[in-house]
Amino acid sequence: MTHGHVPFRRSYKPFRGPFDPCPPIGVKYYVTPPNLFIGFQPPNFKQFSAIEALRKGTLWVPFYDYYENPYKK
Amino acid sequence: MAQPLSPDYYKQLEEIQAVDFVIFELVLYLDTHPNDSQAIEQYNHYAAHSLKLKIEFEAKHGPLRFGMPMRNDQRWEWSEAPWPWQV
Amino acid sequence: MWTYEKKLMYPVRVSTCNPTLAKYLMEQYGGADGELAAALRYLNQRYTIPEKVIGLLTDIGTEEFAHLEMIATMIYKLTKDATPQQLKEAGLAEHYVSHDSALFYNNAAGVPFTASYIQAKGDPIADLYEDIAAEEKARATYQWIIDQSDDPDLNDGLRFLREREIVHSQRFREAVVMISEDKNQKKIF
Repeated sequence: MTHGHVPFRRSYKPFRGPFDPCPPIGVKYYVTPPNLFIGFQPPNFKQFSAIEALRKGTLWVPFYDYYENPYKK
Repeated sequence: MAQPLSPDYYKQLEEIQAVDFVIFELVLYLDTHPNDSQAIEQYNHYAAHSLKLKIEFEAKHGPLRFGMPMRNDQRWEWSEAPWPWQV
Repeated sequence: MWTYEKKLMYPVRVSTCNPTLAKYLMEQYGGADGELAAALRYLNQRYTIPEKVIGLLTDIGTEEFAHLEMIATMIYKLTKDATPQQLKEAGLAEHYVSHDSALFYNNAAGVPFTASYIQAKGDPIADLYEDIAAEEKARATYQWIIDQSDDPDLNDGLRFLREREIVHSQRFREAVVMISEDKNQKKIF
């Protein structure tokens, strides 16, 4: 299950016991990065421009995965 | 560091960082795809461009690469600030 | 041998004097899944691995040292000019009494670096799977630091480093494929 429209994110609902004192967090998120799905990189992958590649941390568009704190209100 | 660095220093440095980053990405790609001649061609293009940018940078702002010819033979600039973590 | 360029791999910035964030970053400086451990792990494994992946281990290991310098720069900038009182408030009094503001290969909890963080089994598959796991653990660590940080400039640099872990993991996964190929079989894509 993917939350919102963010790819490479999954979530699960932790079991809630009757004696858990913290208010429930709702869902726990985790990351399933692009490298899990691509296999051996095929030829002619789409590239970022040089300056964009530096900014994003990769030359290859399909490997890019922006991260933000998923619990941020 | 006595004086603040010029905006030009940062601009030129970032250009080099971008080009060298592409080189690094292509190197890692080629390490696992050694027969991709198109990528080697692209690598050669960026490697030549990086060399050109670094020669320009060094003439203007001082040494970047270890062991390269120095623009100034009166003062040993290699060991002068700023160091990468100070800028 | 190695040589030096007087530049960072990525232009590192931090927004505020914030020694608390510096403390968290020590996890990636001298921690189990940090950049030092990564560099030493890959550069040490390359002597006993099939030739076709030695280049990859050398190049990624070298990049990890560039990352280590970025982390050091972040810690340096976040603690530079901080007073002993500020360091104390950030939970760095114990660090201060031993090191002042000097960087040290500790993790975020102050545990010193140890070679036990690194494995070298001499078994190519075991070692490359360890490397993939190390990259995923480093990626996760960057996520948890970003979750704790409210410094947009710092997070920008941390996102760069996190993305590098994704690419490195990809290349190690490809290295596994390369050394798993049967020479007597035709390669099929």
